[in-house]
Amino acid sequence: MTPLAALLVRDMRIALRVGGGALMGVLFFLVVVTLIPFAVGPDLALLKRIGPAILWLAALLASLLALDRLFAGDHDDGSLDLILMGRAPLELVVAIKGLAHWLTTGLPLVICAPLIGLLLNLDLPADAALMLTLFVGTPALTFIGLIGAAIAVTLRRGGLLLAVIVLPLTVPILIFGVAAANAAVTGPIPFGTPFTILCALTLASLVVGPFAAAAALRQEME
Amino acid sequence: MRLTGVELTCQRGERDVFAGVSFAVASGEALTIGGRNGAGKSSLLRMIVGLLHIAAGRLTLEGGDPELSIAEQAHYLGHKDALKGSLSVAENLRFWAGFFGVRLADFREPLETVGLGALARLPAAYLSAGQRRRLSIARLIAVPRPIWLLDEPTSTLDAAAQDRLAELMRAHLAGGGLILAASHGPIGLSGAQQLRLDQTAPSPLVGGSWGGESGGDARASTPARDLTPPATIPSSSGAADE
Amino acid sequence: MALLDLANPSRFLRFANSIIPWLAGVTVLVFAFGIEQAMVAPDDYQQGATVKIMYLHVPSAWLGMLCWGLMSVAALGTLVWRHPLADVTAKAAAPIGAAFTLLCLVTGSLWGRPEWGTYWVWDARLTSELVLFLLYLTVIALWRTVEDPSRAARAVAVLTLVGAVDLPIIKFSVDWWNTLHQGASVFRVGGSTIYPTMLVPLFIMAGAFTLLFATLVLAAMRNEILRRRVRTLQLMQAAAAS
Repeated sequence: MTPLAALLVRDMRIALRVGGGALMGVLFFLVVVTLIPFAVGPDLALLKRIGPAILWLAALLASLLALDRLFAGDHDDGSLDLILMGRAPLELVVAIKGLAHWLTTGLPLVICAPLIGLLLNLDLPADAALMLTLFVGTPALTFIGLIGAAIAVTLRRGGLLLAVIVLPLTVPILIFGVAAANAAVTGPIPFGTPFTILCALTLASLVVGPFAAAAALRQEME
Repeated sequence: MRLTGVELTCQRGERDVFAGVSFAVASGEALTIGGRNGAGKSSLLRMIVGLLHIAAGRLTLEGGDPELSIAEQAHYLGHKDALKGSLSVAENLRFWAGFFGVRLADFREPLETVGLGALARLPAAYLSAGQRRRLSIARLIAVPRPIWLLDEPTSTLDAAAQDRLAELMRAHLAGGGLILAASHGPIGLSGAQQLRLDQTAPSPLVGGSWGGESGGDARASTPARDLTPPATIPSSSGAADE
Repeated sequence: MALLDLANPSRFLRFANSIIPWLAGVTVLVFAFGIEQAMVAPDDYQQGATVKIMYLHVPSAWLGMLCWGLMSVAALGTLVWRHPLADVTAKAAAPIGAAFTLLCLVTGSLWGRPEWGTYWVWDARLTSELVLFLLYLTVIALWRTVEDPSRAARAVAVLTLVGAVDLPIIKFSVDWWNTLHQGASVFRVGGSTIYPTMLVPLFIMAGAFTLLFATLVLAAMRNEILRRRVRTLQLMQAAAAS
């Protein structure tokens, strides 16, 4: 098995075996969505209008969940030292860890989102568009989150700092994700316009995230 | 192959942990690093691996693969075991072998060598501290790399395991590898060079070459070494070398 | 055989092994009878044949709540009476109750869609049932988060007892609030409002569901006991091999 494949398999195994596995992210997602009608009232028309926004916010918060242990776990048990001694470039290592995080946290959210969209009275085209935007946007959330996770790796109570760093950086993704999901249902902007920008943001994050996170890790380790 | 450090200085915060440390280790040779707690034994090892910034001095490796850094040709056995409790013993070993690019045909062999063969399927969380250490040592056997940097390798091991480790170290040296080990006490390698980090002045190198007499010989192994005794009084942990 | 006699896991395993096949057989028979009766039962004058979802929806709702009741008793068993099998029961029952609750939510959603025009409304009964489903998932997640089952048991027991407050909310939600969901028609003061030709198949299906629940819980408890035995053996193996 190649070094990066071994790392991917290991990280996914750990994510699925420890701390409730993929269930936690989905459960958190569901809980946040359930809270909204208690706050804004059960008016179905209102919920249908703000549904995509609620689901995007919930997905964003749920994605943040496993991020603070992403590097801290390896740092605490000395694995990070050894990973730095491997022959794989640190940027690729970080990208693989991001991929493992998305597969075990982000992807389950994408799969459950349409069903949870039904709770918010979204109809089929809106639901499908939302699922597509989440599928494209959640990797960006993970890969931007890598930067915060790397910066916060040596901190004890890094969770809040991580959220504070990461959340503002994810604002463009949130804007275009919700815009695309809404554009699919209501006019006048065609779905493609915000969606292609969302794709571009994700592709950019797939590059910027690992490089920035690797640089931050190298700084922390010295 | 020859690993040389010249006038290495390590800084933590504003102060020097150690300064002006020099050593040279060639293939088939071992170096034990001694000193009281806080003298910087672990820091020196981490510096060689590249996990700690070199404030001053030079580190060179002759004879290895010129494309690879020192760390990429070394094993580091630190205080922490780098094991994941939720994975089994075999899964942990297979991961490190795979990550370091070794196609492990039979993962049982390294495990048997360290005496963990029967526990291959167990979750690593169930292992005692000594067993975890032995699993880390299995990693050193499974992935061949010439330089071994060991930090307190015998710390959680019982007598039988320490003997086994000494055998493995001797085999490694016989195969042309080199070992740098930080330790408070003897680790079972007679005739190793010794380096003490106690003194604040450049440490004199004491001891004979590998394969020769046991310690006490003040002959330098290379003429460039500074043998003047330190101007300051040595630390209270005593001048008795292992 | 008194409940206390079953407290011994080995004796429970023997009991479970002997009774589960019979229970499974009876479950299948009662299901067959119940489904047949449900098929020949009359259609509703308004909804037509879709009313037959009731024969799945209502029993699964009852069983979802019954299961949480069982878990609450088991929680008391863990916290108050220290019954050895209490936490095994709680852990085994949780996924089964979650499945019944999910079945209730999905069948109810499909049943309500033609009438309400939407798959879901946030009225009191549906929301409290959804909260019950979330509570089940939370309990399942909590069991998985703590590695040692006996330590997780106390935390889960407290959570279960707190969550039990949802059960009366579900039951009385249609009385306390203005809901889209129909009012109580079976268990109410003054007797049921459902005609016997529909009520009898409903109770038969409820019986079938209850037998299914009992079979599944016993089988799950057996699995959990065996799982803990494997874990204990692994721990012993790790400790013995030094």
